[in-house]
Amino acid sequence: MPPRERLLTRSFDLPDSHRLETSRRSGGYEALRKALGMAPAAITEEVRRANLRGLGGAGFGTGMKWGFVPKETGGKPVYLVVNADEGEPGTFKDRYLLERDPHLVLEGMAITGFAVGARRAFVYIRGEYVRPYRILAGAIEEAARANLLGPNILGSGFDFEITLHRGAGAYICGEETGLLESLEGKKGWPRLKPPFPAVVGAFGCPTVINNVETLALVPRIIERGAEWFAGLGTGTQGGTRIYSVSGHVRRPGPYELPVSATLRELIEEAGGVRDGHRLKAVVPGGSSAAILTAEEIDCTLDVDGLKAAGSMAGSAGVVVMDETTCIVEALYVVARFYAHESCGQCTPCRESTGWIYRVVGRILQGKGRPEDPDQILDIARKGVGTTICAFYDGAVGPYLSYIEKFRPEFDHHIRTGGCDVQPGRVPVLTTH
Amino acid sequence: MRGAGRVAFSAETLARARELMAAYPAPRAALLPVLRLAQEEFGWISPEVEEHVAGLFGLTPAHVHEVVTFYHLLHQKPVGRHVLSVCHTLSCWLMGAEGIIAYLKERLGIEEGETTPDGRVTLLRAECLCACELAPMMQVDDDYVGPLTRERIDEVLERLD
Repeated sequence: MPPRERLLTRSFDLPDSHRLETSRRSGGYEALRKALGMAPAAITEEVRRANLRGLGGAGFGTGMKWGFVPKETGGKPVYLVVNADEGEPGTFKDRYLLERDPHLVLEGMAITGFAVGARRAFVYIRGEYVRPYRILAGAIEEAARANLLGPNILGSGFDFEITLHRGAGAYICGEETGLLESLEGKKGWPRLKPPFPAVVGAFGCPTVINNVETLALVPRIIERGAEWFAGLGTGTQGGTRIYSVSGHVRRPGPYELPVSATLRELIEEAGGVRDGHRLKAVVPGGSSAAILTAEEIDCTLDVDGLKAAGSMAGSAGVVVMDETTCIVEALYVVARFYAHESCGQCTPCRESTGWIYRVVGRILQGKGRPEDPDQILDIARKGVGTTICAFYDGAVGPYLSYIEKFRPEFDHHIRTGGCDVQPGRVPVLTTH
Repeated sequence: MRGAGRVAFSAETLARARELMAAYPAPRAALLPVLRLAQEEFGWISPEVEEHVAGLFGLTPAHVHEVVTFYHLLHQKPVGRHVLSVCHTLSCWLMGAEGIIAYLKERLGIEEGETTPDGRVTLLRAECLCACELAPMMQVDDDYVGPLTRERIDEVLERLD
């Protein structure tokens, strides 16, 4: 294997990796200096050619997204909004970036602001992330003192001001337009699109919204060029990303790999399945991604590779399950999450997430009906594409795949009232 | 005054709230930060606090209530001096979150959603806190703690005043 490129995590283990001094010793903010000497449109073009794709979950082309900001805004300011509302179950990479290398994120933000013409940025950070918030706030102060943020950055004439904004506990605010509503002081109900945020975003102004990790890769593209970055990945997605690996592995944690690596290689990186056990299933892209069986892990981890495998790369939260896992109960846990987090705006989502949670609970209690699995599949499918945002379509990923790939477990629970994976175990049922 | 009768921010909090309202392109954007200040000052967001905040923003109390009920970090009833939020989503569940919750209930002598009679600890369940590498884990006030074992929980409870 060629030497491993570490674009995002190379400073993670340095002492005081969150300090400006540490960052500058390893070349921090040199890409910003370089970018400020480029034409903004050339930066966007470089990012587009690098095949950088959004790493928050949707996988949309970053350069293309930036390109949607109108050239003529009628005097309105352009805003950059950073989605640091990490919430997809199984994901923790943005937390690591914010805590371990906040200056890389800030540098990416400043370059992006310069490229898209934004002089003001808002970082929407999930309310539970207190430590990352404090570290990021400290980093902003340090960078401002060094003239790397604020007015007239490095004498370039470019002003860039950052406001940190803390969420208050709602998964849906990670959806970009729910985030904008929340930023504006409302409940986080996603907006109907179009208009897209690039045209009408925060406070009615053109807005670019990018995930933390996506922005952290921008300085690397400026440093080493689009070809190099694209070459690290596959034909349709460049670079590396941080895979959050958890569950039944020996060494859970963040692992940076090129997106062309396979799911099998990633699990091996994390030490493989815990001692004395064997792989049963993997959720490869956060809980909204369809589950894969132990036989389906030879796919590549890029957006298109996981799509071809019938799942999705999503937020790259990889949850590993060994043979002790009851898939019925796993679906119960996941269905509870979606029932709890549905914002309630669209009827199909609000009603189906609650209903499916209750029916899976019924199966788990030994009170399932023979028709339940098919009815869940039917209800789940009927709601796809009927809602304002992607939340419900995400929930359908697990509903369908857990049942379709592990149907005998569901039927066993219904037939016998008990679990064949862990006979005699009493599942804990909660009220929603 | 904890939610009884009319409430008003201290002069200091009021100044901080006005500062926040001026820091955004639209003052309403400061609603969540100001509600957070309110929670720091009053401990929880009572209907009286909602009314006070509404007055500050020129919003109806119903608007503020709609926001407060949407976000679970805004408490709609009093909580203890310390809040333990135990993650019970996929990775934490796989690694034994239910056993952790059962042990905490036993140690604290309360159910989920309750506060110990001495007002010391509130026990809550949380959806994914995005620290799955620490599973099973919980948030203890501002801090993430994990992987949790019975011993680790004993230590944590010991340290809480």
